Amino acid sequence: MLMLSDNLNTYLIIAILLLALGVFGMVRHKTFIGMLISAEFILAGASLNFMAFNRFLAPNPAVGQIFTLFIMGLAAAEAAVVVSLVLMVYHQYRSIDPAEVHDLQH
Amino acid sequence: MIYYRYIAELLFVLFTLLVFTGGYIALTARYLMNAVLGLALALLGVAGLYFHLGSPFLALMQILIYVGAVCIIIAFGIMVGPRPNQLADKRAMGPRNVCLSIGACAAAAGLLGSLVVQTVWVPAAAKVGDMSVKFIGESLMYQYCLAFELISVLLLAAIVGAIIIAGIGREEPGKC
Repeated sequence: MLMLSDNLNTYLIIAILLLALGVFGMVRHKTFIGMLISAEFILAGASLNFMAFNRFLAPNPAVGQIFTLFIMGLAAAEAAVVVSLVLMVYHQYRSIDPAEVHDLQH
Repeated sequence: MIYYRYIAELLFVLFTLLVFTGGYIALTARYLMNAVLGLALALLGVAGLYFHLGSPFLALMQILIYVGAVCIIIAFGIMVGPRPNQLADKRAMGPRNVCLSIGACAAAAGLLGSLVVQTVWVPAAAKVGDMSVKFIGESLMYQYCLAFELISVLLLAAIVGAIIIAGIGREEPGKC
């Protein structure tokens, strides 16, 4: 039988769909936090790619796991910084809509 | 004995469904809090996929860091932000733009997917090491020591920066 869970292409296609979901969410969401959530989807897709290549192709099976751990750390740092930026933007503009934060345009 | 493999396969399909259900909720949610819950659901599904990829350690880390920490941070960001009724799709995308963006994403996914299907992936001839936590820890301490330290400095800088940025925003104008 076809083992879906033991096939590299399955994981890669799931990761592609996560990337597409994230990009679509970036376009669709009208708030900074919605865009942050979509960015997390893109990062999850990238981590899944690394883990899949690590499991099926890489000579050293620790490398992909370490890389995925680094991505998790980066995502945590990014989320902390973005949320504090959103707080500041909300404090200044009373809105977290990217379209209303346009001081640099004038 | 063969039943175990069917059960594992069923769990894999369930985790994949969890990922995409969460993604659908996070993308179409009207309120941001529902979107965060969808994100947590999808990341739980990704943790299950890590388990299938042979790394229970990373599955646990995914639940701890992403579901436990990142989602909570985002939920806090929403709670101190605007009220839900201020956020409800007041300028939602028109159907034309939705179709265009779905088309663009689908085209990109189709291109990448065709690449994935066409490429012949060659596994490494020989494997060194294993998937165990002990080996990961040794690699982190010896081979990737510098990157490990850099990530910790980056986390520290991000936390301090986040506190400073949020602190500046809280000050009264004209006080400093």
